Amino acid sequence: MNDTLHSHEWAQARRQFLKTTGMGLGATVLGALLPQNTAAREPKNFMTGQPPKAKRVIFLFMAGAPSQLDMFDYKPDLEKQFKKPLPPSVSMGQRVTAMTRGKEQLVAPSMYKFAPQGQSGIPMCELLPHLSTVADDLCIVNSFNTNAINHDPAKTFLCTGSEIPGRASMGAWLSYGLGTMNQDLPDFVVLTSAYWTGGTRNVQALYSRLWGSGPLPSKYQGVKFQTSGDPVLFLSNPQGIDSQIRRRMLDTVSEVNRGDFARIGDPEIETTIAQQEMAFRMQSSVPELTDVSGEPEHILDLYGPEVTKNGSFARNCLLARRMVERGVRFIQIFHRGWDHHSVLPKQLPGQCFDIDQPSAALISDLKQRGLLEDTLIVFAGEFGRTAYGQGTLKRDDYGRDHHPRCFSGWLAGGGIKGGQIYGQTDDFSYNVIENPVAVRDLHATMLHQLGIDHERLTFPFQGLDQRLTGVEPARVVHDILS
Amino acid sequence: MIASVAQAEDVKFNRDIRPLLSDRCFHCHGPGDGDRQADLRLDRADGPQGAYREEAGVIAIKPGSLNESELWARITSTDPDVVMPPPDSHKEPLDEKEQKLIKKWIEAGAPYEDFWAFVTPTMPELPQNVDGAPIDRFVRRRLANEGLSPSARADKRTLIRRVTFDLTGLPPTREEIHAFLVDDSPQAFEKVVDRLLESPHYGEHMAKYWLDLVRFADTNGIHHDHYRDLSPYRDWVIRSFNDNLPYDDFTRYQLAGDLYPEPTRDQLVASGFHRLHLIIDRGTALPEESFTRNVIDRVTSVGTAFMGLTVQCAVCHDHKYDPFTMRDFYSLSAFFNNIDANPETGGRSGTDFLRGLQTPYINLTTDDQDARLNELARQVEQSQVAISEIRKQQKELEGDKEADKKSDEYKKAAAELASRLKQVEAELKAIEKTRDDLLMSIPGAMVMKERSEVRPTHILVRGAYDNPGEEVHRASPAFLPPMPESDETRSRMDLANWFVSRDNPLTARVTVNRFWQQLFGVGIVRTAEDFGAQGEWPTHPDLLDYLAVRFMDSGWDVKALMKEIVLSETYQQTSSASREQFLQDPSNRLLARGSRFRMDSEIIRDQILATSGLLNEELYGKSVKPPQPEGLWQAVSMPSSYPRAFEADSGDKIYRRSVYTFWKRGMPPPQMTILNAPSREECIARRERTNTPLQALLLLNETEYLKAARQLALNILADESISSENRLDAMAETVTTQLPSDSERTAYQHLITDLTDIYSKSPELANQLCQGVELPDGVSAPELSAWTMLASTLYNLDVTKTRQ
Repeated sequence: MNDTLHSHEWAQARRQFLKTTGMGLGATVLGALLPQNTAAREPKNFMTGQPPKAKRVIFLFMAGAPSQLDMFDYKPDLEKQFKKPLPPSVSMGQRVTAMTRGKEQLVAPSMYKFAPQGQSGIPMCELLPHLSTVADDLCIVNSFNTNAINHDPAKTFLCTGSEIPGRASMGAWLSYGLGTMNQDLPDFVVLTSAYWTGGTRNVQALYSRLWGSGPLPSKYQGVKFQTSGDPVLFLSNPQGIDSQIRRRMLDTVSEVNRGDFARIGDPEIETTIAQQEMAFRMQSSVPELTDVSGEPEHILDLYGPEVTKNGSFARNCLLARRMVERGVRFIQIFHRGWDHHSVLPKQLPGQCFDIDQPSAALISDLKQRGLLEDTLIVFAGEFGRTAYGQGTLKRDDYGRDHHPRCFSGWLAGGGIKGGQIYGQTDDFSYNVIENPVAVRDLHATMLHQLGIDHERLTFPFQGLDQRLTGVEPARVVHDILS
Repeated sequence: MIASVAQAEDVKFNRDIRPLLSDRCFHCHGPGDGDRQADLRLDRADGPQGAYREEAGVIAIKPGSLNESELWARITSTDPDVVMPPPDSHKEPLDEKEQKLIKKWIEAGAPYEDFWAFVTPTMPELPQNVDGAPIDRFVRRRLANEGLSPSARADKRTLIRRVTFDLTGLPPTREEIHAFLVDDSPQAFEKVVDRLLESPHYGEHMAKYWLDLVRFADTNGIHHDHYRDLSPYRDWVIRSFNDNLPYDDFTRYQLAGDLYPEPTRDQLVASGFHRLHLIIDRGTALPEESFTRNVIDRVTSVGTAFMGLTVQCAVCHDHKYDPFTMRDFYSLSAFFNNIDANPETGGRSGTDFLRGLQTPYINLTTDDQDARLNELARQVEQSQVAISEIRKQQKELEGDKEADKKSDEYKKAAAELASRLKQVEAELKAIEKTRDDLLMSIPGAMVMKERSEVRPTHILVRGAYDNPGEEVHRASPAFLPPMPESDETRSRMDLANWFVSRDNPLTARVTVNRFWQQLFGVGIVRTAEDFGAQGEWPTHPDLLDYLAVRFMDSGWDVKALMKEIVLSETYQQTSSASREQFLQDPSNRLLARGSRFRMDSEIIRDQILATSGLLNEELYGKSVKPPQPEGLWQAVSMPSSYPRAFEADSGDKIYRRSVYTFWKRGMPPPQMTILNAPSREECIARRERTNTPLQALLLLNETEYLKAARQLALNILADESISSENRLDAMAETVTTQLPSDSERTAYQHLITDLTDIYSKSPELANQLCQGVELPDGVSAPELSAWTMLASTLYNLDVTKTRQ
């Protein structure tokens, strides 16, 4: 069955594309968009040919860059280096930000305790007690690394594979490549948090380009759900219009549109009619999705106390599970507030509280429904933080600057081998010394799990076959796959 | 697809062969030095690396001989170790049709041609065996070759709607429609065109396209995404189109307006073109990296806007497909890296910050304001002098060793001085506040300013700001006709003059193609942003050259160009056709009919405002914020972003044309982006058009659009000149320019009847819809509600959002 999955999905994507763009029967997805002189080609088969391990992705994006040293990359020996200069043999004169340039680089060990957890015994931080209970499902990667040292380009890089604004985002690529799995909801949904237990002082900016479609047709861009008002912009009928009136009005709109189609002949009019009907269906399917009143008490408890707040990370995780059940392909949750340049110990526990229980709940909730196995969950920020302190440096009061050379995150579900730590950094969590995973490797691996060959999923733009993984060689990290 | 390459009897290198070689071979055997394999390049015939050269007894391409051409053996091989392109390149092998083309070409002697877009255009001969104006002849010759014929002229209502939208972005009024209908003179259409070209709304509409191209916006676009006020530049663009500033000057002003001997205010404001790039605020990035980023962004925009080339590819490596090298890129960048400005915006306080300005800028003052500012500056100086005088006296007093510091006299003197100081300081503060308040009310325009000394420029190895390589000097790209000889360092003005010289093969072509695209929905070259080897071959190369040469001959007269195009019969064809014809040529590349495409977001919104009578026609000025759903900015802003929360404007400001809408790059207005408006983070030469459910939701439910529908209903119901039988027709004509057909009229009547009935049974809904409205005499709330929904129905029709 799996053998036919990709061709089936491709056909579905193709049909959907032709339907919604009015390209007509003779055109093919790529053919219609390529320069005409090469249009005669059939679309490339960008599937790997192996059965996909995952059907969908939930990407938990920790915007602002969490400290790998205080959450995942356990360095007990650093204790002895407190306030000692970072050896030049480690820093190697690498570039730093304008904030700490020319300043002394004194080591700031983490003040948090780690202990072995689960059957696998991987060390987990005390700030993450709930994630510790699902440690055997987690593949922690300590060797992520990126090119950019500042938030904006680094976030853009992680989300779109390029620091230059305007490229297609991860979800847009998936939506473009694999098409839709449902008729009533978007393929790619973005959720952002509106609450932070640790305070808002480190909340960094986001940009709609992070879920944009770049040069891909914009129907593939992420649909950002709002935390207040309509979850989808302009979803509700305005005051004075109920669904009966809306239906009656749409009937006339359709009738006149059909008459115009008969007269004018443009198939685009048929698309307009279809999209208006889809809009009408979304008016009931989206509220049904976001209404969690039917969730039983024990499920709400699983996600923790914050789940009652619309716009909390916990609520968004619960919504992500509901979206998975309803066939949304890519769900990206942004939780901001990790930019701990100073007073990290004051801020970090709140941030960890926000994400710990809900993300653990997401794993166990999906698992108990049999959905974890084909849902890939990724947890990562845009870069890491420095081993040396920024600002005040005491045992229990320190900050950390931006650090692109290594950072940590985890993957779960979707064909990932849990209960392991992958990749190793040096004694200072400064340079990767074993099994580096560049951002493009993460992207290649994600696509691979969905059955896509990252080198073949391309789109012509600015004279190049653009791809999510860019022009540098990228590798699928087979070691972390089950 | 149309224009299938295989049907061409005579194979042409540029049209048929170059695209194949470019796509499959140039990556390793092209102009780029970096990845070249086997020391062979297939983009040229001759030379030691060229395709004809013999090496170790092997010739890549032997003209006239398939057997001796290694290329033929390679592209037809089935051996994975031999076949080209190699399997691990992930490039598709050439299919049968493509191989056939190569075969024909080699057999015909494998003739190479210079790349068409890099050869100076000349006036082509007019096709003789077809009728009509020059434009029509070029189009009809192609149609005849394809066995097709042109369509009939569109009806007059369609025509006036089409041309009014195309030239002003607004719908025709009922009066304008009727005046055109009754004008039977042969010049009737031309009169309409002349009227529209004189409308101030023409400039606003033309500016909209230009602002996409130069990524105009109201915020920095990076990090905090702070406010940045570039509105004087926008005003200048609008005015330039309205005044029909010749396009060569339009180019010079923007590229080098600051370098005129005594630049006018307009020329300086236009040089703000160089300040439109994204820019980071000070604090986290390294300034030298920000500097490089800005320069690359600036050169990229010049490449897209004036050259139609993807020059940014050469930031890190020689261009893989076009003969554009890293040396070319950095030599070009040497014209644009000498700005006398900080590469990052300043701190978060002060009037500059609040005004969204960063030096260098000019204050666009009136004479009165100048006088007032001078006077205030004089007062500031006066107060400062007074303050230092008092301080001096205080010091003297304190230092007086003779004086008895406990005496009343001393205390009194000291107290007097202190009080005077306090008073003068307060005065100074008040004056400064008056000055700052005045400054806040004065628009400032950021401009380009050259440093006195030319900054050295280096090739940046792999594009890295901190890895300078060989030094380069200002020069135009080597593969294009050269700039005039000169011993002196060339200026941006020299470069601007080179762009608009008759020899430049790109500027005029790229420009007329964009105007054509604006009027037909797609350019003669579809890839308006890329005229290079990976761009698309023009559907009508001779027509493109005709328009380009004619444009230059006319003195770069934009209005004359627009007029000639819209007066062509090609432009005026009906856009109705059979479903099959639409499927054969979906985007109407062959022009066998009038084009039909969804209007841009701004036009859709402006149409709703105009037809409902809400449109505020005021021209120019700062950006305005029409209402949008709550919380959008907060969800992406930082606590110290300025501005952080969206606050809608009030009054009739919110009904200004969309070209004036405030554009936050991090979160542009959803009414625009849902309908494919770009984020303005990069230069966009053409927007795409999709058709999505989110667009349907926007047009159905946006509350301002519904209010406009209600306003239209009120206007129609309250207009005593419209009889009750004529209301349906009047409303439909207002929105769609057409009168409804009999069946449509019946459908609308049923809708009114049914909805009046529903609203009468649910008066609370009718009251909600009519809230805050004074009902006209004899009109009930359910009636107004039903008519409001009819107006909304009209706004949601496919034909209403479509230019046809």
